[in-house]
Amino acid sequence: MRALEMQRIIDPLPIYTMWLRELKRFWRVKARVVGSILMPLLFLVFLGLPMSFASRIPSLEGVGYLDFLAPGIVAMTLLFGGTMSGASVIWDKEFGFLKEVLVAPVSRFSVILGRSLGGITIATIQALVIIGIAVAMGVELSGPSGLFLALLIMILTCAIFTGFGLIIAAKLGNMEGFVAIMNLIVFPIFFLSGAFFPVQSMPAWLRYIMHINPLTYGVDGLRATLIGAHVAAFPLWLDFTVLVILCLALATSGAYFFSKMEAD
Amino acid sequence: MKNRNNVIEIESLTKEFDGLVAVDHISLSVKEGEVFGFLGPNGAGKTTAVKMLCTILTPTSGSAKVCGYDIIRQRDKVRECIGIVFQDRAIDTFLTGKENLDFHARMYHLDRSTRERRITEVLDLLDLRGKEKMKISECSAGTQRRFEVARGFLNHPRVLFLDEPTLGLDVQSRRNLWDYIKLLNEKEGVTIILTTHYMEEADYLCHRVAIIDHGRIVAVDTPEKLKQTVGSNLISLQIGEGSSGSPADFLKHISWVKKVEARDGWLELSVEGGEERIPELINFADSHGLVISAIKFYEPSLEDTFLHYTGKTIREEEGSLKELWKSWMRRTGGKR
Repeated sequence: MRALEMQRIIDPLPIYTMWLRELKRFWRVKARVVGSILMPLLFLVFLGLPMSFASRIPSLEGVGYLDFLAPGIVAMTLLFGGTMSGASVIWDKEFGFLKEVLVAPVSRFSVILGRSLGGITIATIQALVIIGIAVAMGVELSGPSGLFLALLIMILTCAIFTGFGLIIAAKLGNMEGFVAIMNLIVFPIFFLSGAFFPVQSMPAWLRYIMHINPLTYGVDGLRATLIGAHVAAFPLWLDFTVLVILCLALATSGAYFFSKMEAD
Repeated sequence: MKNRNNVIEIESLTKEFDGLVAVDHISLSVKEGEVFGFLGPNGAGKTTAVKMLCTILTPTSGSAKVCGYDIIRQRDKVRECIGIVFQDRAIDTFLTGKENLDFHARMYHLDRSTRERRITEVLDLLDLRGKEKMKISECSAGTQRRFEVARGFLNHPRVLFLDEPTLGLDVQSRRNLWDYIKLLNEKEGVTIILTTHYMEEADYLCHRVAIIDHGRIVAVDTPEKLKQTVGSNLISLQIGEGSSGSPADFLKHISWVKKVEARDGWLELSVEGGEERIPELINFADSHGLVISAIKFYEPSLEDTFLHYTGKTIREEEGSLKELWKSWMRRTGGKR
């Protein structure tokens, strides 16, 4: 009986189906595929390259700016990808597809799990492409074990923001003001994450703000794993602990808010 | 329809939204294999009633059973035995028709071989062969709607709910879809519950119709009987030259003729009974030396019935800004 109920809550075929739909939808709109790579690329080329010619980072002796920036841009991809994946539930609602999904004899948890895993898969692939581009531009990676740990951090970071996006979607309820609110929340998170500048060389007040920003730990963790521990502001175990706790909290509340969402 | 089980039993079902009663204590039952229609203007509560039966909305009070399962306590059981076609488009326009069907089949836990067989069946049934690989956004509105009906029918439901199935379709596609709906009912025996504000749709498709207004059911019966309650049928005749006497006076003496009026050279007779009165009338005319040169038979329409029960004709929906915005977004395909 117990096992049967578990199978109902975590329902493999619908989870896979939701996952597949996300991937197909993404792949079908070529403009989205190109756009998702283009923005991080612009940051790397037009910010990372010129800055690496202009100056070194004072507090990080011997680290090129491009090496420093690349993990931040990878984190940006995860932030935008994750938030959009969660918040795009609004689109499904607006265009009625949410109803089709919610009247199926499938638990809402399975629905949102499959959907989110789809978003995470897409964002992670994008992030890997960005890493590839960064390497082609001359960024030196620490090694395969670092890349594996980075993969874990990428999944955690993306899950955090997917949950975050779901909460926004559920709170907003419709598409009015959606873009404005997204930009108002997402860009400050990005700018104050230490993606562009090191946390440790900021004044205290700014440091505090950055310390409560979830993305700071994603950026820092990616830096430690992709480039090396000497570039990071915090120890890796701290990054991991914070990310795991946040992931559990936000993904759970995201799923909860989704389960309370009205179909129309 | 006799000796069949009730597939839907509704008892005193009620839904309130912030004090506004959308559905007001409706009770009725629908038999297996019936095509049952909720007819009423927009905002009458048809869609709300159907949404409660489909387990999308939770009733404020009252209860209902679909396929023997309680719509509140046994949601998943209900969901497994029904198919739904929503009023608004609810199909992924980025995917092809086949992909949408496949998505649906998996969500309903159909295994691979059943999936393939059922998809082929519904594609054939709704004449969608050759269109299944087109993206939904590239299909015509009528074809999109047919894919939605096909999808609703995919999991072999015992009850298929159609919420305003032909809304926004042109006359041709509407007629086509009607015939497909009839076919589903006749060939596969599925019970169909549909809501509509088109009189001719209810008349053409439904075995029984519930007229609903302000959340209440004001009448339930077959379209024929509903029309009869409004009153009598009308026969118009033209009397040819060479007839003797005053035909109107003769005709008044027939027991089933209630009223005779002359209008524009025609005699209009209100009669009890249906078309079988025509030959009787001709025999009567023959025996009284009248020559009938033309004859017409009118039935009161469901529109008249509706007017009779609700005191008004069906209101057309005014296009609110939000509706316009939505329809515009739909046309542009809902890019995200």
